[in-house]
Amino acid sequence: MIRFDQVTKVLGGRTVLDRISFEVKKGETFVIVGPSGAGKSVSLKHMVRLLTPDSGDVSVGGASIVNTSRAELEQVRNRFGYLFQGGAMLAWMTVAENIALPLIEKTTLTNDEISDKVAASLAMVGLEKDGEKYPDEISGGMRKRAGLARAIIRDPEIVLYDEPTSGLDPVTSRTIDKLIDELREKLGVTSVVVTHDLHSALSIGSRIAMLFGGKIVELSDPATFVKSEQEDVQGFLEAQYITKAGSWERKQRA
Amino acid sequence: MITREPEYYPPPRNFAGRLGRHLLFFCRELGQGGLLLADAVWNVRYVFTKRARREVVNQMYVAGIKSLGVVTVVAVFTGMILALQTGLALRDYNQEVYIGGAVMVSMLREMGPFMTGLILAACVGSAIAAQLGTMAVSEEIAALEIMSIDPVRFLVMPRLVAMAIMTPLLSFYTCMMGVLGGGIVGATQLGVAWAAYIDNGTRNAEIKDLYVGLLKAFLFGVIITIVACHEGFATEQGAVGVGQSTRRSVIVSFLLILVVGYFVTRLLYVS
Repeated sequence: MIRFDQVTKVLGGRTVLDRISFEVKKGETFVIVGPSGAGKSVSLKHMVRLLTPDSGDVSVGGASIVNTSRAELEQVRNRFGYLFQGGAMLAWMTVAENIALPLIEKTTLTNDEISDKVAASLAMVGLEKDGEKYPDEISGGMRKRAGLARAIIRDPEIVLYDEPTSGLDPVTSRTIDKLIDELREKLGVTSVVVTHDLHSALSIGSRIAMLFGGKIVELSDPATFVKSEQEDVQGFLEAQYITKAGSWERKQRA
Repeated sequence: MITREPEYYPPPRNFAGRLGRHLLFFCRELGQGGLLLADAVWNVRYVFTKRARREVVNQMYVAGIKSLGVVTVVAVFTGMILALQTGLALRDYNQEVYIGGAVMVSMLREMGPFMTGLILAACVGSAIAAQLGTMAVSEEIAALEIMSIDPVRFLVMPRLVAMAIMTPLLSFYTCMMGVLGGGIVGATQLGVAWAAYIDNGTRNAEIKDLYVGLLKAFLFGVIITIVACHEGFATEQGAVGVGQSTRRSVIVSFLLILVVGYFVTRLLYVS
């Protein structure tokens, strides 16, 4: 579905991505983890050409997006939903207006159809009573959920999540995880999640890639990932109190 | 694409390198500004869509009605200063009555559009740069692009249309307020009757003065909007970057207003 082929990106004189290659398969939840500055969000931005690789290739659905025209890029982007770290809600519009925006601008749906879709999306993310509020009148977690509702309002094939649970309390974090899981199970959405939160990654990920120093140091399913002998992976797991036979396995049993 | 990739250039080695880089950046900014203007003008064909109409009216209200207070005060006092300074000089020759012509001609030709341009660059241009800059650093512009919503059509075009309409209107209003201010000083300080003041003004001013003033105001409105939007979109580095973009937007607009104002006068008045 999405393929990175030897992608290199240098930002601020530093090699953020160093010839990385991987493929996100249709219908899976692909999680990218790693420390701050490892290039997780940079990878995500390459998938919709908010950034272009210095070398290598990024393709979506088999077609390279590195040198596509503006019109072709628009077609590619129409297949995506993108949840930004801070929600990226337009401050002068209400939550409902924000969610309706892509439908108003890019579809021919009637006002009633748009209202129905917005109401359904708000209900799905648990914000049915907050549609008329402005983004600065709701909490960070609610903004993220509103951002998620906007990202999925056009039923995209692929949803990209940039730190969907960062800065949120554990309960809200798990709610977001559940929403991501539901999207995959019910709608078959392909998801790419960038996160620091290994608990979240292990819960929702079909496969997990760990970026470190611009390279992928581990790419495996959660069960294999948690048992990885790779030093950087172990360090990352231990920092979040996850051991090979520890908390994650206990959580699975529960 | 409006969203830009972060740039990094190693520090220049010497003065020549620094100068060359500034020159290159200046040319690039000029080119990007020109492309943004062309893109915004191309998108004016969507101005009659429902959302764009509403946004244009909203921006006209922000640019025009909300600036009325400051424009009125500045215009009245500009007219008063012009009348007082000219009147005091003319008093030595008992020719105070000519302040009507002096105030009206200078307001219509130069001071009206110039003062309006400066006020709008400071009030509206800075606000546009700050708003778009904040949107850029909080990834709202990127979000629009991901949703395939063209930021130029969505954000720049309505502001451009609103400013292109409101700046000439405000400029005309500034001229009228300036003439009023001059008249007040003439009547109260210099002993020039209202009727004589207005009569002298209308005898000396030509319709061409009004057209040229309105043309300048129109150009200033376009310049302020494009500079502000360009600086806003180019914002990086969070709150500090927003502050820098806002400052740059005001400075560049001021400079361009002066330079363009001079060349329009040169082009249309010097044969």
